[in-house]
Amino acid sequence: LLKGACVTARRMDMEEKCSRANSVSGIQEMDENGVVLSLGADSQWLIVSAKPFRLDIMEGREVLLSLNSRGLLAFEHLRIRTVTSAELVLNVVCPGWLFSPTGPSSISLDFSLPGVEHVYGIPEHADSLKLKTTDGGDPYRLFNLDVFQYELFNPMALYGAIPVMLSHSAQRTMGIFWLNAAETWVDISSNTAGKTVFGQMLDYVQGSSETPQTDVRWISESGIIDVFIMLGPTPTDVFSQYSSLTGTQAFPPLSALAYHQCRWNYNDQEDVAAVDQGFDEHDIPYDFIWLDIEHTDGKRYFTWDPHKFPQPKDMLQGLVDKRRKMVTIVDPHIKVDSSYKIHNEIRSKGFYVKNKDGGDYEGWCWPGNSGYPDFTNPEMRAWWASMFAYDQYEGSMENMYTWNDMNEPSVFNGPEVTMHKDALHGNWENRDLHNLYGLYVQMATAEGLIERSGGVERPFVLTRAFFAGSQRYGAVWTGDNTAEWEHLKISIPMCLSLGLVGVSFCGADVGGFFKSPSTELLVRWYQTGAYQPFFRAHAHLDTPRREPWLFGPENTALIREAVRQRYALLPYWYQLFYHAHHSGQPVMRPLWVEYPQDTATFSMDDQFLLGEDLLVHPVTEEGGRGVTAYLPGKGEVWFDVHTFQKHNGAQNLYIPVTISSIPVFQRGGSIIPRKARVRRSSSCMEHDPYTLFVALSPKRFAQGELYIDDGHTFNFDKQKQFIHRRLSFANKALSSRNLAPGSQFITPSWIEKIVILGASKPSKATLKTPDGKENLLEFEFDASMSVLTLRKPGVNAGVDWTVVLQ
Amino acid sequence: MDFNLAGVHWLSDLLLCTQPLPVPTIPTERQFYEENKPFTCLDGSSTIPFDRVNDDYCDCRDGSDEPGTAACPNGSFHCTNAGFRPTFIPSSRINDGICDCCDTTDEYNSGATCQNTCREMGRKERESLQIMAEITKEGFLLKQQLIHEAKRGQEDKQGKLTELQGSKKGLEEKVEALRTVKETAEDPEKEAKERHLKAWEEQKELIRMEKDKTRMAEAFLELDDDADGYVSVAELQSHLELDPDSDGSLSETETQGLLGGADKVDTSTFETVWSGIKDKYLSEVSQGQSEPPAPVETPQEEESRDFVSDHDSDHYPEDYAGEEDVEDDEEDDHEEEEEEEEKVPPTVQTPEKREDDEVSMPPYDTETQSLIDAAQKARDDFDEAERALREVDDQMKNLEKEIGFDFGPSAEFAYLYSQCYELSTSEYIYRLCPFNRVSQKPKFGGSETNLGLWGQWAGPEDNLYSVMKYDHGQGCWQGPNRSTTVKLTCGKETVVTSTSEPSRCEYLMEFTTPAVCQEPASLDEVLHGHTEL
Repeated sequence: LLKGACVTARRMDMEEKCSRANSVSGIQEMDENGVVLSLGADSQWLIVSAKPFRLDIMEGREVLLSLNSRGLLAFEHLRIRTVTSAELVLNVVCPGWLFSPTGPSSISLDFSLPGVEHVYGIPEHADSLKLKTTDGGDPYRLFNLDVFQYELFNPMALYGAIPVMLSHSAQRTMGIFWLNAAETWVDISSNTAGKTVFGQMLDYVQGSSETPQTDVRWISESGIIDVFIMLGPTPTDVFSQYSSLTGTQAFPPLSALAYHQCRWNYNDQEDVAAVDQGFDEHDIPYDFIWLDIEHTDGKRYFTWDPHKFPQPKDMLQGLVDKRRKMVTIVDPHIKVDSSYKIHNEIRSKGFYVKNKDGGDYEGWCWPGNSGYPDFTNPEMRAWWASMFAYDQYEGSMENMYTWNDMNEPSVFNGPEVTMHKDALHGNWENRDLHNLYGLYVQMATAEGLIERSGGVERPFVLTRAFFAGSQRYGAVWTGDNTAEWEHLKISIPMCLSLGLVGVSFCGADVGGFFKSPSTELLVRWYQTGAYQPFFRAHAHLDTPRREPWLFGPENTALIREAVRQRYALLPYWYQLFYHAHHSGQPVMRPLWVEYPQDTATFSMDDQFLLGEDLLVHPVTEEGGRGVTAYLPGKGEVWFDVHTFQKHNGAQNLYIPVTISSIPVFQRGGSIIPRKARVRRSSSCMEHDPYTLFVALSPKRFAQGELYIDDGHTFNFDKQKQFIHRRLSFANKALSSRNLAPGSQFITPSWIEKIVILGASKPSKATLKTPDGKENLLEFEFDASMSVLTLRKPGVNAGVDWTVVLQ
Repeated sequence: MDFNLAGVHWLSDLLLCTQPLPVPTIPTERQFYEENKPFTCLDGSSTIPFDRVNDDYCDCRDGSDEPGTAACPNGSFHCTNAGFRPTFIPSSRINDGICDCCDTTDEYNSGATCQNTCREMGRKERESLQIMAEITKEGFLLKQQLIHEAKRGQEDKQGKLTELQGSKKGLEEKVEALRTVKETAEDPEKEAKERHLKAWEEQKELIRMEKDKTRMAEAFLELDDDADGYVSVAELQSHLELDPDSDGSLSETETQGLLGGADKVDTSTFETVWSGIKDKYLSEVSQGQSEPPAPVETPQEEESRDFVSDHDSDHYPEDYAGEEDVEDDEEDDHEEEEEEEEKVPPTVQTPEKREDDEVSMPPYDTETQSLIDAAQKARDDFDEAERALREVDDQMKNLEKEIGFDFGPSAEFAYLYSQCYELSTSEYIYRLCPFNRVSQKPKFGGSETNLGLWGQWAGPEDNLYSVMKYDHGQGCWQGPNRSTTVKLTCGKETVVTSTSEPSRCEYLMEFTTPAVCQEPASLDEVLHGHTEL
């Protein structure tokens, strides 16, 4: 089974990852009905039983996971099909939908997880973080679809599909990666679900309790059974095991972590200039302004509407002058129009997806009749990438990036608004690889943005459809949500679920795409979005304008403040993404990832962690007067980042809130770098000094990092041009030392201020620098909050230094 | 370059020593920044040594210690901008690599190369101010004229209204008087008409009796086959239609019964027999003539039905041909359909056989006729008076509505009332009818779209009459009803200068009119004061 996985993985372009995966290393025991194999690590065994066939993964005497224990393994062999008359009728009803020319090809397998009551992942669904049992209802469906006004708390398929499920208990975290890009269904059942707490206690008292267990069944329409089991045991282990298979989050340009202003549509160049000006007039920072489909000449991507955008380079230069950027949309449906260069080339090169009769597959989308390039074809992808060259994409410049929408793909007149399953990608039916199409679109686009800069610049590409591994190519958003409070709330579990399976760069349309938000909802959404990885406001064409300054000075100020908090925190965001890129750890995390034994956290999805040091509980209730945040960690402390008030861990804390409140807490024991000088774009802040927020643990200890590079090239990787420092506070001394001795980078940024939370008042503070100099630092001490502020250390952010408190 | 510790010194050196700091650049505040003396934050929150002023670290809560650096998040920087207008920018724009002050002073350490553009900008601004001033001057003169005219117009209207009120009173009286006259004239008319009618009814009865007699005599002659002066049972028996029990045969007894038990009757007795049989009796003459009715009418009827159905089938294609803009046409369609129904001609009338088609009512006698004429005249006079009253009422309502409009503080916008102004773009013709509606009509066919009806003045509190709002226009799919904001600027001419749709279904129109031109005196001051810089 595991070897088979590697064979498939090669097909999936992941061969180098496979060598790192665990492999079966030796027969331990054997009899006529089975064999026991050692998994190589920590007394882990795989027991293979022949009749009935099942696999059990053991650790010591404990069963971690069983395959086919319920005997739901099923597969079909390929054959020459004969069509029954009933099928013929169905094929008329759903042409090209139901039946493969080689006959039914579905596969199924069940997994049993003893001791597990919580499973997560398998995005994308608009549902709670903890997956629900599907008994008596539809299974969770994975099939990339353009869903109009999607419903919440529903296992229906959405835009993307990542067939990865995590299981978690206080003892262990594991993962199941069902590598299959065909339509897939996941059934979940649990022997404890539905039991009341009292019922469970009764079981316990009576000693009749069976071990909790979650059973999962995966079903795919075609393909082979190709499964990776990630044994953990910690969440961190599962993340690195999974990223060894599918790669880690692409490290975005720093500016992509800043604020994005989008709308369907900014009408013309004048509109873009006016919105840009509006942000300056209202002193609200932003980095990217986005152009949706209306900017093109008749929905022909890579072109500009000649009346509305006659001088795109002038417009882009105007943004360069403000150190800002733009994103234009490039969708994968290509207008069938013989006077359109892109279409003609794709057609003449035979790059379109074909229908079952061998002609170019055509469907309706924004431009009308459209072809769909076959992105699974490497030659096609290479050609597509070359279209982003500055001399190919006319009017493009280096500050222009890309958005891939509608890449499920969306086919307005197709079954379920997507491609017919019998459409052909080379020899493969869409049925077999449907969920991969969107990944390949983003891959080819990201490759294009890298190539156009000669491999120097990091790309930024947003995609709506995705699959396992999409994290390597950019950002994902949760699609066409709605301006309703429930949609604001669901943005948290939706992005948390994606983060658990590799996609850290996730966000929801701030304000909601469909409909028009109330001012309160808009403000709350900005406050929430400011603390989610991808921070972009977006709105439907038919909604009234909602630039941040259109709701009166008070609301403008509230939105300004939320955006400014984002910008001040960019150094920390950047550092988190550096780690996500490096190690596959999610940026936005459920609490249980950091507090895996705290069962109280297992179902929480109204609050989350950024990295391990910031806890965010946004206000997502209309008219909210207060929130109850759970601060985890027995014996730990948390500091309100706004007031510096200290709170104990392992408690539910009621926080009264006003419309300006964004409840955020910094973990005692951490050091977070910020830039207090918020300017009109992140580029403008590049050389600004840092303020370090040192939150002491009860043992008066703290640790953090500082990561700096040029913010936009691959030099951090290729030439090791970066600064990565360990900041630690221990024994009344705060020091900065190099975490990456092999790297080098020069920054003019310096340390402007150090704020130590939970400190006591020193008699003096001395800054020691490597040249042997010692300078006394001025400081202020706020006794009421125990906050010590060290004035202007002035030391360069890239060097070694120590501040000693006496 | 060594950016390590030395780099920081280099940075602060530049800040503190080599750069003549733009502190304090505001003449009125310069006194607070006295060198070598402790500096007290402008909000009084603390006092710091002077070397901490502009040392790139924020010490004052109000940001006042760093007027020349970006250190304070709430600070501001003063650009002198000699040759142009001095201005404040947020501190965050100091050394951010973007040239904000035209005198380049905000970018003294960012590496940005800024050109001093103050002189050029000053010149341009003066030029445009000059032009504006001229426009304003002329516009303001025009505005005075408008105000004058509006005042006169208003007076006229008020006068007209008063006048109308007077004539309305007269008309009301007249209507009442004429109503009495009418009613008085109608009573004798009614009586005379009734009289005439009664006389006519009586006469008709006489004629009918006369006719009956004639028919009876004729029938008697017809029946009396042997011309013996009697109608006998045998003679009557041939008239099967008279069969009382309709069994198809007229027996002797039955016939005798008809003849009142007699075997034969003479002329005078026949009178009573006649009254019993006349309804059934068929004249032998007409019996012979009465052929089955010629089938002339049937095809006629069919023809007419065909015509109707043909028409119907024509109707549908016409209807569906115009489907491109179903939404807009929907209402029109309904109207059309109704019209069509009315247009359908009534099925051809089969000429009805009327019993008394013979004679029509004789004309009224002169006396009655003159009464009728008199009453008709009274009615006509009354109707006319009533119509005149209604007209006056309408006029008054319109006037009152117009007078009631808020045409600005001096009614300077009154001249826009019942006017329309158009702007043609590549696709549409936009039409602004102030105080009424805004609309958009595609240039190349298609129906007009209502972009909003007059709502209210919607400028800011201090300049209410600078913006007009038109709302409740045609609805948008999943969106709001269309609405238009009209921004008014001073101009010599009354013109729509631009239109746009910044947000779906929310239109913006720019409109110049002398009516918003400000008194030039204040503008002169601005201009004058400015050139002194």
